[in-house]
Amino acid sequence: MGRTLNAEVGKFKPGDRVTVKFEDRPGHLRTPWYIRGKTGWIERVHGEFLNPESLAYGRDGLPKKTLYLVAFNQSDIWGRTNNADKLLVDIYEHWLDPAGN
Amino acid sequence: MARGHHDVGGLPGAGPIDQTEYQLSDWEVLADAVNQALGAKGIKRTDEMRRAREEMDSAAYRDMTYYERWIASIEAILIEKNILTKDEIDRKLREFDAKWGEP
Amino acid sequence: MTTATTEHGHDHPKHELSPCARRIYAIRDLLLEKGVITEKDIQCQIDYQEARSPANGAKLVARAWVDAAFKERFVADPKAACAEMGIDASAINEFVVLENTERVRHMVVCTLCSCYPRPILGRPPDWYKSFNYRQRSVADPRGVMREFGLELPDDVEVRVHDSTADIRYLVLPVRPAGTEGWSEADLAKLVTRDSMIGVMDPLPAIPE
Repeated sequence: MGRTLNAEVGKFKPGDRVTVKFEDRPGHLRTPWYIRGKTGWIERVHGEFLNPESLAYGRDGLPKKTLYLVAFNQSDIWGRTNNADKLLVDIYEHWLDPAGN
Repeated sequence: MARGHHDVGGLPGAGPIDQTEYQLSDWEVLADAVNQALGAKGIKRTDEMRRAREEMDSAAYRDMTYYERWIASIEAILIEKNILTKDEIDRKLREFDAKWGEP
Repeated sequence: MTTATTEHGHDHPKHELSPCARRIYAIRDLLLEKGVITEKDIQCQIDYQEARSPANGAKLVARAWVDAAFKERFVADPKAACAEMGIDASAINEFVVLENTERVRHMVVCTLCSCYPRPILGRPPDWYKSFNYRQRSVADPRGVMREFGLELPDDVEVRVHDSTADIRYLVLPVRPAGTEGWSEADLAKLVTRDSMIGVMDPLPAIPE
């Protein structure tokens, strides 16, 4: 994985299991529908970025949000594969909760 | 709040992928360049353009081609920012028709 | 250019000048008249885009194949490695290289719009921007790869990246067998654009 140094920011670390929030609010959201409510793990901490949900309306995008590369088992998303394939999505911290149990 | 029309990952019913290579038409090269130039001047952000496309009429979103959607969102954002009006654009097009005849 | 439609609507790209498309000429003229942008600004962007093509990516990959230390630098800090080779990746906010191996293949998509590493590869192909690719690649990557001629055994892991934010991804494909001693220039010819998106492997070495 490129840039092997993870950014030293944010509340989640590589390996942490996380669940994507199932939010349904209006606005410019960059968390795809298919991944909402799903559980995966942090693969990489990309660092802090301006918030697109604010930038999309001409606002300044602050405060910056920590962006993570979150990995999921394909079988957990679609339920129909039983191979080891993975799906990886770049998700902002405010969309993630620590996974239960 | 329903799933946005742009949020298509995993939707069923998709067909085979058309791998035909196409050359861009002049108007597409222009749309691309105007978009980038507006961005380079700090007049609009990519995030605003994406949001404009998400706010489009859903049928239009599926029917329009990639660069048609770009042009629609360039227009929407320029109007939103009071840089141009729809009337001005319509008037300019009528000037083109008067000059060169209707296409 | 065909304008065939499918039952799901127009997923065959049309490139003709429609009433909607004509509006860009009006917009351009008005922006110039009002001094919002100049002719030079527009030409600058056209030139910038013309200078960018998959050949840039192929050069980087070929260098990574022959020079192990460069490959390490390319994976660790892609923008710096690009600068070494005179390739301007400054417009990419965050650039990540995904290294394929015999056991792992990566594939890149942007399901929400069509984000793509344009500063490195130039404009994306129509198929990358199509609804069919955006819909299927996350759910059925192996099916998509099959259409591009790549059939992977079950013990190879497929990792699909949906680039939903400012990260731009480039796949570093596996060097084809039988290319020992090849020049960088010849190796670069095997590195297709589609192998750097990840839907296929690079071209095989043609036997002497």
